[in-house]
Amino acid sequence: MRNPQLNAAGDLTHLLTLEGLPAEIILRVLDTAVPFASIAEREVKKVPLLRGRSVFNLFFENSTRTRTTFEIAAKRLSADVINLNIGVSSTSKGETLLDTVDNLVAMNADMFVVRHAQSGAPHLIAAHLNRMGRTHVHVVNAGDGRHAHPTQGLLDLFTIRHYKKDFRNLVVAIVGDVLHSRVARSLIHGLTTLGTPEVRVIGPKTLIPTAVSSLGVRVHHDMREGLAGCDVVVMLRLQSERMRGALLPSTGEYFKHYGLTGEKLAVAKGDAIVMHPGPMNRGVEIESAVADGERSVILPQVTFGIAVRMAVLSIVAGA
Amino acid sequence: MALPDAEETLAALADRMRGAVAFDAKFVGIYSGGAWIAERLARSIDGDHAVGFIDVSFYRDDFSRKGLKPEVKRTELPFEVEGATIVLIDDVLFTGRSVRAAINELFDYGRPARIELAVLVDRGGRELPIEATYAGARLAVARHLSIVLSRDGGGKLVLGTEASGA
Repeated sequence: MRNPQLNAAGDLTHLLTLEGLPAEIILRVLDTAVPFASIAEREVKKVPLLRGRSVFNLFFENSTRTRTTFEIAAKRLSADVINLNIGVSSTSKGETLLDTVDNLVAMNADMFVVRHAQSGAPHLIAAHLNRMGRTHVHVVNAGDGRHAHPTQGLLDLFTIRHYKKDFRNLVVAIVGDVLHSRVARSLIHGLTTLGTPEVRVIGPKTLIPTAVSSLGVRVHHDMREGLAGCDVVVMLRLQSERMRGALLPSTGEYFKHYGLTGEKLAVAKGDAIVMHPGPMNRGVEIESAVADGERSVILPQVTFGIAVRMAVLSIVAGA
Repeated sequence: MALPDAEETLAALADRMRGAVAFDAKFVGIYSGGAWIAERLARSIDGDHAVGFIDVSFYRDDFSRKGLKPEVKRTELPFEVEGATIVLIDDVLFTGRSVRAAINELFDYGRPARIELAVLVDRGGRELPIEATYAGARLAVARHLSIVLSRDGGGKLVLGTEASGA
């Protein structure tokens, strides 16, 4: 079976996950994001590439940063952007997901940016559009359940490449709530595909999925041991809202063992960078002095995210 | 078909520009052939000619048919476009569509006082009302052929033809 993200010519037509995506396609997105990043420095921060196209942001789950950066990206490409507040619209009246999509296609949607609490929802929409022969309509996954968040993964890769140039000699540590994290999963797939020799995940046993080592990563439960000699430290948000049952004794206890402090960071390489996908819980997974410190590239990540999403939207729209 | 020697054509282009271009005109090469020519011209023509480069991929009019090309370069204009005299530089002038795209992109950086166009080869076949201010050579070329500028190992410019994909 063909990779459902690629069209018959092998071009990226939907972005659903980084898993199984060839390195050339990932690198093409990262390369294309470079000239898009410099558009933000101009007087007119807009190019006419997607003039006349309509991008629908379908957010079935809240997210301010991701929705805003997708909206800015589409607007900088001159697309028309329609934000649907799904929680208070048709689905609450009983309409199915695919009926909602069909109605929006009837309004001449060219692209859907989809965030959904259910893993696989963007894939379901893409498969439906392909089945209906609507190959000119594209789907970009903006985060689905615990499955994937490919544009976050790509912007993390872009950030790492910006500061570290090459993946092939890096040690990257991903710290915290890996169990609930689609960000971690997407980043691990991307790093592995681009030839990163060592990816570590660090966290308590209750927050590390047992099958994670099958992704080719090393698991550490001791943070200092896991951070030793790292080039890149990616902190994850503790997703308390997704936790059912007693996975953790307390956030204070969590911070003591897995919160990033200047003292723990000292065992990483001297030029190690610190990343976080946001929103941050200060004093839970990261202390303020580190989050705002000179090693932190957390705000550049947000800026790069716009350029990376411009690259994704324009590549899939051109397929 | 017989093509002129690229280095001789470049020298002819430089001769036409000498004394005609403004002393402080900025030279903006369109990637990739135009970028090479812009650098060479800035070295051989007297004056204060800052060099910039432009990749018109985000402004092309064939995006809906062809999509984005695989390697988009970064446009770099290391000077103030507002009020500047700019010479756009390309290797081959054919339909005029790349020049149209480049002019549109320049205006997103500011309002230039004046834009001129210098090309190594004008091969006819215009689809837009655009003409070169300076041309190294004018040729009639069959529509199905593309003229391609390349650089050999020593950096010398070479003109060749290819069957056109468009």
